[in-house]
Amino acid sequence: MRFAFKTSYAQDLGLFRDRVQRNAYIALFLALLVLPRLVPEYLGDLSLVFIYGLCGVSLMVLAGYTGLVSLGHSAFLGIGAYAHVYFAQDLGVPWVVAVALAAAVTAAAGVLVGLPALRMTGVYLTIATLAFALIIQEVFTRWDRVTGGLKGKPVQKAVVFGLPLGHEVGFYFLCLAFLIAGLWLTSNLLRSPTGRAWVAIRDSEVAAQSMGVNLAVYKTMAFAYSAGLMGVAGALFAHKIGFLAPDIFSVLLSIQFLLMVAVGGLGSLHGAVYGAVFVAMLPVVISQARDAVPVWLGQVFAVFGREAGRAVFSLVDRFVKQPGLEPGIFGLILVLFILFEPLGVYGRWRKITLFFSTFPLYKHATFKRQKSYMRSERLR
Amino acid sequence: MDIILQLVLNGLAVGCIYGLVALGFVLIYKATELVNFAQGDLMMLGAFTCYMFIVWHGFGYWTAVALAVASVALFGALLDAAVLRRVLGQPQFAVVMLTIGLGAVFRSFASITWGSEIYTLPTPFSARATMVGGVSVSHEYVSIIVGTVLLCAVLYVFFTHTRIGVAMQAASQNQLAAYYMGIPVKLMFSLIWAISAGVAAIAGVLLAPVSLIDTNLGFIGLKAFAAAVLGGFGSIPGALVGGLTIGLIELYSGAYLPQGFKDVAAYVVLLLVLAVRPQGMFGAVGRKKV
Repeated sequence: MRFAFKTSYAQDLGLFRDRVQRNAYIALFLALLVLPRLVPEYLGDLSLVFIYGLCGVSLMVLAGYTGLVSLGHSAFLGIGAYAHVYFAQDLGVPWVVAVALAAAVTAAAGVLVGLPALRMTGVYLTIATLAFALIIQEVFTRWDRVTGGLKGKPVQKAVVFGLPLGHEVGFYFLCLAFLIAGLWLTSNLLRSPTGRAWVAIRDSEVAAQSMGVNLAVYKTMAFAYSAGLMGVAGALFAHKIGFLAPDIFSVLLSIQFLLMVAVGGLGSLHGAVYGAVFVAMLPVVISQARDAVPVWLGQVFAVFGREAGRAVFSLVDRFVKQPGLEPGIFGLILVLFILFEPLGVYGRWRKITLFFSTFPLYKHATFKRQKSYMRSERLR
Repeated sequence: MDIILQLVLNGLAVGCIYGLVALGFVLIYKATELVNFAQGDLMMLGAFTCYMFIVWHGFGYWTAVALAVASVALFGALLDAAVLRRVLGQPQFAVVMLTIGLGAVFRSFASITWGSEIYTLPTPFSARATMVGGVSVSHEYVSIIVGTVLLCAVLYVFFTHTRIGVAMQAASQNQLAAYYMGIPVKLMFSLIWAISAGVAAIAGVLLAPVSLIDTNLGFIGLKAFAAAVLGGFGSIPGALVGGLTIGLIELYSGAYLPQGFKDVAAYVVLLLVLAVRPQGMFGAVGRKKV
């Protein structure tokens, strides 16, 4: 058994819980450094994981820590992407400055959404952000002087401090650096009074307000920070996809971000990263399974004769090649997670580690969630 | 003048569809506090099943409609019993994600079962119109409006004048008290899901001749959401008024404003209304207790 007893304030303020955790993160970092040599064919997917990780952290701050569920993050990503490309290519601003400007523009957009959103709660807020996302998508289509409209806008390779990062290895490390910086900044922020105020707002607005938390200030701050982070992610995303078009930033992308935080585990930065790995890698896994599963099933059924094997192969093959299958698989996994593991991948990870670290004293009730049947929303 | 009247008629018809889907949201929300993001996809399923019964199995229009509505309603009840009852009392976010996931599964199911082609639904009202005082009154639009009015009347009578309807109201006002009074609350919730899915299916069947049937029909649910929120989530007349408002705004902005405003005008109005009245037009002011 291993307990994390804290004996000084310095330990309580430390970034890592104990030496074991710190060493684990250092090992992970070293592994990520050598990963490009081990799996060069998946580099593109890995950089997408890092970008989605940044998006996940951004939405986690808002949905997981402040309790404001937003369906408008595709718009923030889009604003960041278009602003970055506009500044860097059309105005010729240096790359780093363009990223900073994109983050600033997106944060401003976040404040713009956050201000009217202050008075709304729950589903009203979600729908308002959804409306915002749909309006912004139309703006991307119509404002073609800046965005290129429906024709789209090609994105040049990133050149950082005169260093061309067009090749995949360079871009991999760029995304990794941004993700680590984002995680570090966010985890520091969450341990500060600001972060504690956000969590207080999430748990109970009335209680937070009566403890002296200024709801307007902190909610707007959460929106601005989340949007700004999304703007940075958008700048990287623009380079990743290489071509901007309005229909990339549809509501489905927002839903994918929500899926990320829900599957990863709400209320933890680990969850955001796990969710990003899940969302970015699942299409890769599915596309490989599409080829492998029919062959495999065909071989299994071939024990009943060659004809049966071939029939099963063609049947399954035709089924898995359906174009509409992939969103369905995403949806199904989401449904199963909400039903059977509402705490997400990170929650399951915590249960497993707790099981081993407290063996044999683990009890299920530790993670039992209290259900409420109050008619809470409509109490007057 | 004629064009204004024409737009009123078409706007009301489109608004009725939004209103019906919004009504489905509101019924479920009032009863179970679940926000059903899959309502639009239930509507899509309704349209597809009706198409299947008419074109694939050769039923008459009215039989096919009845069968489609009944099967989607049954599906709604089963969905509640199997899946959604388990998340009652969990945070709203979980429920929103769950129904978004269910919606994706339904769309996938539809595209696998019926293919991703675009279908037209043959109806007795298709492509016929009567001229009334310079306004071309399309029978499809009339069928939508008449259908909505009839459906609302039936639902009103059901909820206020029948035993089950009153029991449902009781269950939606206070679960625990209703349970103490001997009302089978779980059954009531399943029934409400059935009604709501049935209403969505009717909306789908009414919409199908005007729009075309494809797997993305469910995205109308987003506009219906705007309608429900505009009216104040949890108010049944509000849902209908919100739907009609959004339908009219959409048609008028399509006719008089520059291109591109048609699709977003409804959302702009929604944001403005929410900024002024965060609880929607008919919503009750509520404050969550600690």
